[in-house]
Amino acid sequence: MPEPVELPSSRTVPKKERRPSLVWIVPVVAALAGAWVAVTRVLAEGPTITIDFRSAEGLEAGKTKVRYNGVDVGTMTAIRLSDDHLGVVATVRMEPKTESFLVADTRFWVVRPRISGANISGLGTLISGAYVRMDIGQARDEQRAFVGLETPPIVMRDVPGRSFVLKTSDLGSLDSGTPVFYRRLQVGEVVGYELDPDGSGLTVKAFVQAPYDRYVTSATRFWHASGLDVSMSATGFSVQTQSLMSILIGGIAFETPVAEAALPPAGENTSFLLHRDRAEAFRAPERNPLEVRLVFKQSVRGLAAGAPVEFRGIQVGQVVEVGAEVDVKTLAISVPVKIHLEGARFGVRFTDLDPGDDPTAIRRRLWDSLIAHGVRAQLRSGSLLTGALFVAFDVFPDAAPASIDWNAKPLDFPTVPGALEGLEASLASIVRKIDQLPLQAIGDDVAKALVQLDQTLSSARGALDSAGKLVAPSSPLATELTTTLQEVTRAARAIRVLGDYLERHPEALLRGKSGEAR
Amino acid sequence: MGRRGGAKRRGTRRARRRRRGAVVTTAPVAAIQRGWQSCEACGLLSRPGADAGACPRCGEELAFRKHRSIERTWAFVIAAAVCYVPANLLPVMVTTTAAGSAPDTIMEGVILLWSPTGWPLSLIVLIASIMIPSAKILALVYLLVTVQRGSVANNAERVRLFRTVELIGRWSMVDVFVDTFTAALVQLQPLMAVEPGPGLLFFAAVVVLTMLAVESFDPRLIWDAAPSEEVVHA
Repeated sequence: MPEPVELPSSRTVPKKERRPSLVWIVPVVAALAGAWVAVTRVLAEGPTITIDFRSAEGLEAGKTKVRYNGVDVGTMTAIRLSDDHLGVVATVRMEPKTESFLVADTRFWVVRPRISGANISGLGTLISGAYVRMDIGQARDEQRAFVGLETPPIVMRDVPGRSFVLKTSDLGSLDSGTPVFYRRLQVGEVVGYELDPDGSGLTVKAFVQAPYDRYVTSATRFWHASGLDVSMSATGFSVQTQSLMSILIGGIAFETPVAEAALPPAGENTSFLLHRDRAEAFRAPERNPLEVRLVFKQSVRGLAAGAPVEFRGIQVGQVVEVGAEVDVKTLAISVPVKIHLEGARFGVRFTDLDPGDDPTAIRRRLWDSLIAHGVRAQLRSGSLLTGALFVAFDVFPDAAPASIDWNAKPLDFPTVPGALEGLEASLASIVRKIDQLPLQAIGDDVAKALVQLDQTLSSARGALDSAGKLVAPSSPLATELTTTLQEVTRAARAIRVLGDYLERHPEALLRGKSGEAR
Repeated sequence: MGRRGGAKRRGTRRARRRRRGAVVTTAPVAAIQRGWQSCEACGLLSRPGADAGACPRCGEELAFRKHRSIERTWAFVIAAAVCYVPANLLPVMVTTTAAGSAPDTIMEGVILLWSPTGWPLSLIVLIASIMIPSAKILALVYLLVTVQRGSVANNAERVRLFRTVELIGRWSMVDVFVDTFTAALVQLQPLMAVEPGPGLLFFAAVVVLTMLAVESFDPRLIWDAAPSEEVVHA
């Protein structure tokens, strides 16, 4: 049904409302939500730090976590090579509110599986991958760039205790993590070591946990407890060791002499000498030793630096240096032996001193009186096997009188020839006497005598031979003797017959033979 | 923009118009110009009453045009664009394994999946999660701008574009579904666990807001600016 065409009606245009529609709440809400998320993300972003590592092995940007006591406190966001290409620089975004952790002495290290002699650590990272561990420092000033440690620190900062500095000339079998023993109880660990700048020795840092650290006083002795300490004495062998573990991986032991146990505990980072063994550690420490020069007029072969200086078997010092000297004026060569003498080792304790007393003067008086009583230094053989010599002070009552010039430098102590040297001298004189014997003449005389003896013996042999011939069975002497004996037998028989006849006829002596009897 | 289709299409359109001009006598005029209202649901044309009425055939509420369509669409598009930023910057998935927890944004997921063998999957994620939402937002902005400027070019393409955006809308949620399903399924505590991240919320908001924007946009506006003189000489 077609509609009649009309005029077009006016176009209705929807009215434009001035008030904005409520729908605009939606983008506003979305913007607010986005802004809120952004703000929380920004606020949730902790500080960004960089850590330098030697290598990025096991580290992964965006994955590797930084942990403190097992809590994630940061994520590694980027790893790049350092500018000098010698290491890597890891950028880590830390969690918020971690600013106070990031101080100058905070330490970071990568936890990887590690197996060393003393311990095995980080095995969990075989599954979970490496992570960076943090140890919060105690400094005040914040820091944002750190240098990561290559090896994990042995002792965390939250472990109470004290570290001490040990000076040693030789590391031995020490390493980080080597145990420190006190009465064979492990009370700490070696936390690190470094060569002294001048290369003359090593500085070992040892950490002793509380409460054992109070047993370390200023008089405590530390020594290498590595391995076995085998000593031989009159009672036989004695083997000393701290523990089986210390045989394998070494160790340090410390002990305080009973006499000095009452001292207060030593402070943090007190420096100690690390002795070779317990015996050395427990010798009285050398305080202000007296340096003395001994000039021996004999060979010092076998005398080495470190050889003991003894007074009747008690060590009172040690040889410091053995060298030759040429006097420029006289061109005389002497072999001076430099020794250190320790007055305290004579049992002289300068404890009851009056304040006015001078220990040096007392020591000089002591030595003067000793020299006056005939104390002299002498080289003696310490071991016939090795030929090692030592210096012995002993009393020689018939030694030539001597004295010490205390103003000379160095001090010269009087010496006497060594015991072995005396033995050699007497042997030499014996040899000389033997030399003076007329051995040649004696030999000649003996030779002559021997010739004569020879002749005598041969004539004696001739006499014996002729005697033998005389009594031989076929000799005329024997034959004649036999016939003679036969004749004698006959004669004896005739006499017996005569005797019988006379027995029966005694009258025959008077009447002669009767006829009847015939 | 707006020049899509090229000369060939225009040529066909001209030919069509010529054909139409030859045959059709009544020019296509917007119903609003005649004072009629079209029903959005069933397309019935009816004369409006004094008040806003309802469709006599299907009961749909009638209006010449959607109420404040441009404004509302703008609002939703802007909201979607605002949400699109955190949706891409915040992690959508947090994977917790023994190695620690690793948050992944959509783009990181794409990069993670990108490999000589897995690139198709990566491409799917890239298209579905990054390109389509942004394309939807851009398409809506384009439609709004052209409508507001009264542009008359490429009307048909713009309608087609609008319908495409409308069609895609509901599928954009696939990403969110996959993510939530993964999070629900992969709970192998303590070895591995997947949790949805905050970015997922914004991603879902982008999808919902673009759908709302499409819903509030009135495609009839595209034709409102069409000059009625177009057919005068026909």
